[in-house]
Amino acid sequence: MFKKILIANRGEIAVRVMRACRELGIPSVAVYSEVDRASLHVRHADEAYFIGPAAATESYLNIEKILQVARRGGADAIHPGYGFLSENARFARACQQAGIKFIGPTAEAMELLGSKTRARQAMERAGVPLVPGSARGLEFAEAAGVAKEVGYPIMLKAAAGGGGKGMRMVRAEEELGSAFETARSEAEHAFGDGELYIEKLIENPRHIEMQVLADEHGHTVWLGERECSVQRRHQKVLEESPSPIVDAEMRRRMGEAAVKVAQAGGYTNAGTVEFLVDANKNFYFLEVNTRLQVEHPVTEMVTGLDLVHLQIRIAAGEPLPFRQQEVQLRGHAMECRIYAEDPDNNFFPSPGKITLLLIPGGPGIRRDSGMYEGWSVPLEYDPLLAKLIGYGSDRRQTIMRLRRALHEYFVGGIKTNISLFRRILKNPEFMAGKLDTGFLDRLLASPETDPVKSEHPDIAAIAAGVFAVLEQATPTRNGSADAQTQPAKNGASGWKQAGRVESLQ
Amino acid sequence: MIYDVNIDGADYRLELVREKAGWKCRLNGREVALDAVLTRANVLSIVIGGAAYEVKREATPLDLHFWVGSARYAAEVRDPRSLRSRRQAAGAADGIRKLVAPMPGKVVRLLVQEKAAVQAGEGVVVIEAMKMQNELKSPKKGVVQKILAAPGAAVNAGDVLAIVE
Repeated sequence: MFKKILIANRGEIAVRVMRACRELGIPSVAVYSEVDRASLHVRHADEAYFIGPAAATESYLNIEKILQVARRGGADAIHPGYGFLSENARFARACQQAGIKFIGPTAEAMELLGSKTRARQAMERAGVPLVPGSARGLEFAEAAGVAKEVGYPIMLKAAAGGGGKGMRMVRAEEELGSAFETARSEAEHAFGDGELYIEKLIENPRHIEMQVLADEHGHTVWLGERECSVQRRHQKVLEESPSPIVDAEMRRRMGEAAVKVAQAGGYTNAGTVEFLVDANKNFYFLEVNTRLQVEHPVTEMVTGLDLVHLQIRIAAGEPLPFRQQEVQLRGHAMECRIYAEDPDNNFFPSPGKITLLLIPGGPGIRRDSGMYEGWSVPLEYDPLLAKLIGYGSDRRQTIMRLRRALHEYFVGGIKTNISLFRRILKNPEFMAGKLDTGFLDRLLASPETDPVKSEHPDIAAIAAGVFAVLEQATPTRNGSADAQTQPAKNGASGWKQAGRVESLQ
Repeated sequence: MIYDVNIDGADYRLELVREKAGWKCRLNGREVALDAVLTRANVLSIVIGGAAYEVKREATPLDLHFWVGSARYAAEVRDPRSLRSRRQAAGAADGIRKLVAPMPGKVVRLLVQEKAAVQAGEGVVVIEAMKMQNELKSPKKGVVQKILAAPGAAVNAGDVLAIVE
């Protein structure tokens, strides 16, 4: 087993991995940027090292610096978390060359699965269902024929693509010519490669993914699906397992397809195979995420496994401790991603100081968090603050538990999307499990049908007065926002301080 | 104590006396059997005639909100005898208004110069946070007396960026 593990990440995922390290008796090493000295992951680690300025390119993405810290601290493995360097083949290779184990797949597997056309060709050979289309780049002359064969509407996609660049939807043949030209020139500009291929457009698909786990001795298993159709701007917001539409037979077929994908890619460690599912429950390979996913806890809840423990044990060379037939799914789990953003103001990011934090608990509630009361959310990074995960014996109980937990949850001082989840979890379509990737956009576009009732303004008025009276009784103004954000400097007169505070308001 | 409280736009007159055994409370002249206990900073447990409420206070440099359960109320509290309250009440309609940064961020650019006339709602300063740009608008019609923000500067929530009169 490893002597020491460096976690090349921050926020809730760094805390999550450090907890696993402590449970396994392995010391953990945190790295932090200028603005993360007071962050929770630094408090959970056994060792912590400063790695540079706030900008991620100079800290959490700085391969040289991170390897230098690993060597200095004597870490013999690195867990990359998700985001940052987690899917960077160059980093995986640099770790290997430095004699440090990268907890994840090999650089070669990442590279094969990272290229869309290469992955598509490999999956076609392995017999994995793909969205109908062409497996290679096309000339315009061939494109019309292929498009007719798969049937309109189609998507033109850049082989080197990503982020929606070089991508065009084509509804009918007469649009193909101009769409092909613009997509090709966009791809050339963005990636220096104008290669295009065609895929049939799946309208309003579900996004369902399969968790796989592969050891370094040739064993690969699948651990059930996650339904991730609740998205906003291609960003997942809520995930659950099992999916409301996947039955045991479909799960087995998807699982076996995912194992084929992993094996075709020479994959090791934890990974996720994403599928698009159409209205007739046909599923098509989309891509592989070569890392631990944000939403891994829902799979942990329904399988009873700890994926981070398993990642570490696999990376240390241990064989998988169970076989496929021993994997049993039980109950229902659902995750809400709590972001520092304002749902009432176009999801504008909301960094700042957390002045009050009330944490939910009780049966079936798990909270993976990177925040604490008194901490200032930095404005430089992803706004994910915490994940609230509910578990119950069935989907309905899980939803009711999450609603209850959201009622207990309170984050004051900054805006969060907690109220959005109250809305989602009450929506009749959601309750019925009728989901597709357009669900959340439709929900947000429709007027709020059942808003939180503001039936107690009189209680708010009374509370306002009680706080004012209590405040006058405490001469230091303890607990007031002013006192919290601007503590009196030693020796400064209280009157002067009060005067300044008044003049600021 | 007497307070004028405004909750989501509605005015309340609140009379509150803290006694040894509890509270004496009249809301708009009506007697309320109030039992209130501060359970921790910013969290109040209120029981009135057997009905229980948890009330959270959220105070930022810019505004004050109370949460009763999951419902949020914007609040303003004035002590009619306080000098500052009277001054604020008088200044709300006209006089000097400050344009304040609602979040920490970086000043990207200025949209007007000092001494420029602005309409209520006209953009004055653009600040960036978490890779998004946000236009801060003038709270009133008037003249920009002073601009305290410089492009490129980092600002904190509550920092005064400009003064409009």
